[in-house]
Amino acid sequence: MRLRALPGLLVVALLAACGAGGGSATGATSNSPAERTLTVFAAASLKGTFTRIGEEFEAANPGVRVTFSFAGSSDLATQIGEGAPADVFAAADEKNMAKVTGQSLTAGDPVDFATNVLEIATPPGNPAGVRSFADLARPGLKVVVCAAQVPCGAATETVERSTGVTLAPVSEENSVTDVLGKVTAGEADAGLVYVTDVRGAGDAVTGVEFPESSRAVNTYPVTALKDAADASLAKGFVDFVSGPQGRDVLQDAGFGAP
Amino acid sequence: MLPRWVLVPAAIGLLLFVLPLLGILSRVPWSRFPALVTSDSALTALQLSLRTASASTVLCVLLGVPMALVLARGRVPGARVLRSVVLLPLVLPPVVGGLALLWALGRRGLLGPTLSVLGVEVGFTTAAVVLAQTFVSLPFLVLSLEGALLTAGDRYESVAATLGARPGRVLVRITVPLVAPGLLSGAVLAFARALGEFGATLTFAGSLQGVTRTLPLEVYVQRETDPDAAAALSLLLVVVAVVVVVAVRGRRSTV
Repeated sequence: MRLRALPGLLVVALLAACGAGGGSATGATSNSPAERTLTVFAAASLKGTFTRIGEEFEAANPGVRVTFSFAGSSDLATQIGEGAPADVFAAADEKNMAKVTGQSLTAGDPVDFATNVLEIATPPGNPAGVRSFADLARPGLKVVVCAAQVPCGAATETVERSTGVTLAPVSEENSVTDVLGKVTAGEADAGLVYVTDVRGAGDAVTGVEFPESSRAVNTYPVTALKDAADASLAKGFVDFVSGPQGRDVLQDAGFGAP
Repeated sequence: MLPRWVLVPAAIGLLLFVLPLLGILSRVPWSRFPALVTSDSALTALQLSLRTASASTVLCVLLGVPMALVLARGRVPGARVLRSVVLLPLVLPPVVGGLALLWALGRRGLLGPTLSVLGVEVGFTTAAVVLAQTFVSLPFLVLSLEGALLTAGDRYESVAATLGARPGRVLVRITVPLVAPGLLSGAVLAFARALGEFGATLTFAGSLQGVTRTLPLEVYVQRETDPDAAAALSLLLVVVAVVVVVAVRGRRSTV
């Protein structure tokens, strides 16, 4: 008896799953002026700032709801290329933005809206006494960096090349947050992350700025996408991010001006 | 005597496995495939994966066989609770497993200071990879062996005992040969699971070529810049896993 109900249950489960998906999809593309939804795909490092900018944008545009998908820029670029329903894309570097512009998926040229540079993060109080970039090459020091394949790793490589200091990291992580995690967990003596990550981590880490970081400046571009459900709303968000209100929030978090 | 409708959900289920495999095949750049899977970083990662998965399988056998024996034959109080604990790594998200290992054995973990005194630092070493893989694979071995032990029953063991055989002799001469197929398939499952371990390794051991970057981690890194290489390496991983499982399981079914 119970087994005979199984296929029926399966069908019900499938219908329920599809129904739920379909329901939210119609909600997202609804044209009613009372509730317009803007979907923003943004680099993981923008989570804090874009959440605030989104709130301010909603306050300035009644009836608009901004939803975010935060992930690595490379993942987001791939998802957009595969047809993910995004209205705006903000990347952590120009290379990943180029993947999207290269497929002619953007509406207009991307706008550079922020810059970020590397900073050394150490456990609170900097127990290993790291003072400079060259200190990171000290034997016995456990340094964690980003892999060369991800933007923060590319920046790390640029600084290494320009300073002639070759690091021997104990791990090359896939994202800057993973590097930060190894430092806040106390597993690493030092890690190379962005200025904004150090500021965002608060007391969990101690930051050590180094002048050579200016040799690898990371530029963040944002753009409205061609397939945006509401082109003017998407354009409005891009202007808002690169305008004075967005700039304020970004500057507070430690981002530089483009 | 199966009702025919059973075939429908079974086929849908099978499709759920086969479709993603076809997905991998559809993305593999066949002309570049030989070059991609024999690149320096790919070979290093494959070698590291085979080495660490073998080591963790040995650890699984050394630790898991006694655990399964205790669970199936031990008549210890709280065996049910014990069984749930053994199951835990199966249901934990790998990243949670990795964090748990970190909080137990990391520099600032429970045993970190003690280990430091002994001059042992686990983090960022190949040993950490083996530990992470053992953590997630051990339940596979324990559960399949326990199942084999329960199915086999303890009739022969009781007879041997009444004939005067000591427990150690019964274990080696009766119990282990009796459940050898179950032990083998458990070990294969553990090896395959270790081969695919990703989250706990990344969280607990980090990712460095030749030291901690196993094949799954290499796929994850390559995916950022070279999706072709990621596809080729994914296929390599699938092929290695299938070869291992089929070789051992296939042989077992003919026994």
